[in-house]
Amino acid sequence: MTPLWDASRAAEIIAQYLPLEGPMLPILHALQEEFGYINDDSIRLVAQTLNVSRAEVYGVVSFYHDFRQAPHGRHVLKICRAEACQSMGSEANASKLLQSLGLDWGGTTPDGRLTVESVYCLGLCACAPSAMLDHDLHARLDEQGLKALAGEAV
Amino acid sequence: MRIFVPRDSVSVALGADKLAAAIASQAAERGVEVSIVRNGSRGLFWLEPLVEVETAQGRAGFGPMTQADVPALFGDLAAHPKAVGLVEEIPFLAKQQRLTFSRCGITDPLSLADYQAHDGFKGLENARGMEPAAICAAVKDSGLRGRGGAGFPTGIKWETVRNAKAEQKYIVCNADEGDSGTFADRLIIEADPFCLIEGMAIAGLAVGATRGYVYLRSEYPLAIQILREAIVIATQAGLLPNFAMEVREGAGAYVCGEETALLDSLEGKRGMVRAKPPIPALQGLFGQPTVINNVLSLAAVPYILAEGAAAYAACGMGRSRGTMPVQIAGNVKHGGLFEIAFGITLGELINDIGGGTASGRPVKAVQAGGPLGAYFAPSQFDTPYDYEAFAARDGLIGHGGLVVFDDTMDMAHMARFAMEFCAHESCGKCTPCRIGSTRGMETLDKIMAGEKVAQNTEILRDLCETMKFGSLCALGGFTPYPVVSALNLFPEDFGATPLPAAAE
Repeated sequence: MTPLWDASRAAEIIAQYLPLEGPMLPILHALQEEFGYINDDSIRLVAQTLNVSRAEVYGVVSFYHDFRQAPHGRHVLKICRAEACQSMGSEANASKLLQSLGLDWGGTTPDGRLTVESVYCLGLCACAPSAMLDHDLHARLDEQGLKALAGEAV
Repeated sequence: MRIFVPRDSVSVALGADKLAAAIASQAAERGVEVSIVRNGSRGLFWLEPLVEVETAQGRAGFGPMTQADVPALFGDLAAHPKAVGLVEEIPFLAKQQRLTFSRCGITDPLSLADYQAHDGFKGLENARGMEPAAICAAVKDSGLRGRGGAGFPTGIKWETVRNAKAEQKYIVCNADEGDSGTFADRLIIEADPFCLIEGMAIAGLAVGATRGYVYLRSEYPLAIQILREAIVIATQAGLLPNFAMEVREGAGAYVCGEETALLDSLEGKRGMVRAKPPIPALQGLFGQPTVINNVLSLAAVPYILAEGAAAYAACGMGRSRGTMPVQIAGNVKHGGLFEIAFGITLGELINDIGGGTASGRPVKAVQAGGPLGAYFAPSQFDTPYDYEAFAARDGLIGHGGLVVFDDTMDMAHMARFAMEFCAHESCGKCTPCRIGSTRGMETLDKIMAGEKVAQNTEILRDLCETMKFGSLCALGGFTPYPVVSALNLFPEDFGATPLPAAAE
């Protein structure tokens, strides 16, 4: 379970990365890892600690596809949509899955179980199509395989 | 009995962890003593998970393995249904010239003893006995050119940083391998991480840099984990005196593969492309002189320092010296990493080595060099794999990826995807890329809908000219390559009436 926002815990995390050169990205990764997403309180705290404006932190958070400003589902399925996977029919498989879940790219099931996102290349291009469920990689995913994978996450 | 089960991302994505556990429990059940080595992958990905068993003749391979195939490993090996013979004799591997990837799949990636037993740290040792200028000269003489895509001579870059005066210099490794169809950076990091570490340490000696960063994409969690462990091992063994290395995780922005955007990202900013000059060699990370090289360039260096520049330069053709790890991917029968001297033809790579399409249908097109690379049709398969030969055909080698498509692929869709991808990933700094990609997508939508096809095609070509010459970096500048090549090679997919064959 992702812990709720906790200012002192957040400050602790930030402090851990302060000795690094250019600590912004490592801090944001760590905050997101802990709390599931980066909320306004996090942005305020990072800005204060690094002595930069909130706009600057917001600019960084919103620039990178990895950083989220709202919570996602309990599981995240990232389906590769890059060329190598497309050459093996990934788009058709993915749209069938999205249709059966009633979702669009980036959407979360109403029960909060699963978020489906796109990713551009997992480096498994010789064994396409591929996807990543939470932190686990999967390759040679045909239509059935992808569906089964999405069903696995409960 | 020694059994090798790979631990790289592909093998793990195909169930290698469960396979290793099944082998261990099967062995225990039978009372057979086995030692399971989690090696890196050999890069013969169509055979993964490829399990290897040590025999008196050499390492015998079995793949692609499933858990159901495990019990038979304890019987007559020659009769195993997944037996592929001795791994070293598989033509895909036997035909290669592995200089950079020589250890991949053979060793345990995190065993320092294994690495040293296979010539590891020989290059660094030699470098320690050399003047910095001599190290730069060796890299220059090897003819090594930047393997990230730009093909700039690595030795000249190093020389520039060496001559710069500063308190702090940096070595930055670009491991933001975002191109679809490429996985060579991932493979070397996961299968032979000490090779990259050694290359960076040599670069540090050559230019007088004491800090090194590896900017590694977040889509490669296993590579991040393995490289971090390897750095700790090498540092604790005292192999990196005066050189502090750190892995920094990317955050899903393709444009950060562009060197100046990467530097901004490392500094903790939005990954915006910088205008050049100043060049990173003089004002790079935190404004300091910085060597920024691709993983493959740095990983090629240990061999050059160990065996000599001449040995490396002896391979290749024209101004493309040495070897290139070509990555064959997509709809292809034998997909994987094929390291070979420059000069082999595209057709040999796709048909002879790759074995044609996985679907068994005819090859329609091959995209060379990632999402920003041109499409090639089978009629151009005589093109030799060489920076200049590809450029002469309006293409690029890029980071060495080849993605194969069969005849069911609609190339107008792929052209649109190129523009869509550019729009999705543009950093937004320059107008041709930021606005052009979206307008390109819209224009392609019109063409695909059959709306004023001839006029809109002309607009699209004109837009591509603007993007090519007006963009700040390769993202906007090279997106026209796939679009224009698809237009030229497959006009019928864009609703154009095919031109009558020209009179001979």
